[in-house]
Amino acid sequence: MPAGSPSSTRSPFSDTESPAVGVKLENLCKSFGDFVVLKDVSFAVEPSEIFVLMGPSGSGKSVLLKHIVGLETPTSGRVLVDNHDAADPVTREHVRMALVFQAGALFSSLSVYDNLALYLREHRVASESAIREKVERALQILSLDKTGEKFPSELSGGMRKRVAIARALVMEPQLMLYDEPTSELDPVMSATISEIIATLKDEYRVTSIVVSHDRDLALNIADRVGILMDGELIHVGPPSELHTPKDPRIADFLNPKVDLKNPRFKKLAT
Amino acid sequence: MKQINAVLEGFGSTVLLLVRALSYVGTLPRQWHRFIEHCYLIGYTTLPIVAILSFFIGSVLALQAGYSMENFGAKQFIGTLVGLSMARELGPVMVAILLAGRVGSAITAELASMKVYQEVDALETMNIPPARMLVLPRLAAVLVMMPVLAIIGDLVGWYGGALISNYTHTIAIGPEAYFSALRRFTKFTDVMNGLMKAELFGFGIVLVCCSIGLNTRGGPREIGASVTRAVVTSLILILVLDYFVTKILT
Ligand SMILES: Nc1ncnc2c1ncn2[C@@H]1O[C@H](COP(=O)(O)OP(=O)(O)O)[C@@H](O)[C@H]1O
Ligand SMILES: [Mg+2]
Repeated sequence: MPAGSPSSTRSPFSDTESPAVGVKLENLCKSFGDFVVLKDVSFAVEPSEIFVLMGPSGSGKSVLLKHIVGLETPTSGRVLVDNHDAADPVTREHVRMALVFQAGALFSSLSVYDNLALYLREHRVASESAIREKVERALQILSLDKTGEKFPSELSGGMRKRVAIARALVMEPQLMLYDEPTSELDPVMSATISEIIATLKDEYRVTSIVVSHDRDLALNIADRVGILMDGELIHVGPPSELHTPKDPRIADFLNPKVDLKNPRFKKLAT
Repeated sequence: MKQINAVLEGFGSTVLLLVRALSYVGTLPRQWHRFIEHCYLIGYTTLPIVAILSFFIGSVLALQAGYSMENFGAKQFIGTLVGLSMARELGPVMVAILLAGRVGSAITAELASMKVYQEVDALETMNIPPARMLVLPRLAAVLVMMPVLAIIGDLVGWYGGALISNYTHTIAIGPEAYFSALRRFTKFTDVMNGLMKAELFGFGIVLVCCSIGLNTRGGPREIGASVTRAVVTSLILILVLDYFVTKILT
């Protein structure tokens, strides 16, 4: 059985149960100077739900995720993670959360192995031999067995993405946030990522918020899908609704027709 | 007005960074490997150039002193002049300037690039404070290495002066006369005084360079801008601090 299929995903995670956490956004607004990025976004993600957030690039998805981990503070409104204010740094001590950054954000001065081990070492949660075991398992799950000694600059884009996911897995988070986890991966690896996310929910009750353009991922594993356009959340619902979207904006976003006679870029030029 | 605000903001965030870093002092023993690594980087990258520059500064001091003291018939005090000015002033200031150029710029470049490429954000989401992992070991390392570098600078400068005094025929002061003049007026407290200055400069430089690096915002272009700002700020800091510390210590 290939590494990464649900039944072998058993244990980057320890046996200790931590309660599942929910996330709540209340009228979140964010501007950079005069530039409004998020306009009054409200939704709640239930404990151990998989919430997929879709939307055109530049619509504010990455900024939204950064609010949940507390890297950005709201201009107005608030974000609650397990009923703690996400903007308060103390929240990170109550809730273990991990963000898979869009660009990976790997530590370039550390080897892949040390990238994965850093969290466990810094928080002294395990002995060095236990750390080795966890790290190697996470690398295996993402088919990165032979890259432990390499440095991030020696990896391809897709490998970096997988290392970033592995690094997040090792943290054994209660809340996982993914910023376009499958955007640079081949179809099989993308499917593996979907399986990992689903397994984390089924076996460890991990709450996941996934920003993605990957329709297969959304249709297969999402409990609910939200669509963000120009900083506004224009739709939230189960993935089945995406087959026949009522809103023409959503229909065009999900199933854009390639129209050679009347191309979009020419329409824009006029 | 805007500039004043920026300076005050920078000062505030630097002080805050210092307080944060100091609050993790207890974690130093388990960051031993980082501490050693930074000691090595600070010492290794700066030592050769400290030695070369100190040698020439000592030599030039001796030459100038020989030239100007000739008129008073005070040539036998060359050792005193070189000894005191190296120990109290030129040694520490020069080591600090070299530290700013070699180590400070490298620190800012590294931290700024970590910030720009979101590595610092990643640390924060992992609940690993950058002040603890990135700043504290560097501050500790510079405190240990600075006196070492300054002492070496002093010694090499003194010997450079001795060499020049001996072999320049217009001066022609032998090493014995040179060093006895040096020893008579350069007291232990003068050397300590200089080491304290060096310590203060080094600590300030590393702190400022860390702070400017971590406060970098924007893209790769800002990394370069931060490095320039860090070096310039360090140089100003050295000279301003030097004035006040000299005033207090004399
Ligand atoms: N730190 C920032 N300063 C100014 N504008 C920003 C900043 N971060 C993001 N933006 C702007 O916010 C918008 C949304 O960005 P982002 O969330 O990255 O989009 P995406 O949905 O593709 O992830 C973009 O127009 C971007 O230019
Ligand atoms: Mg994005």
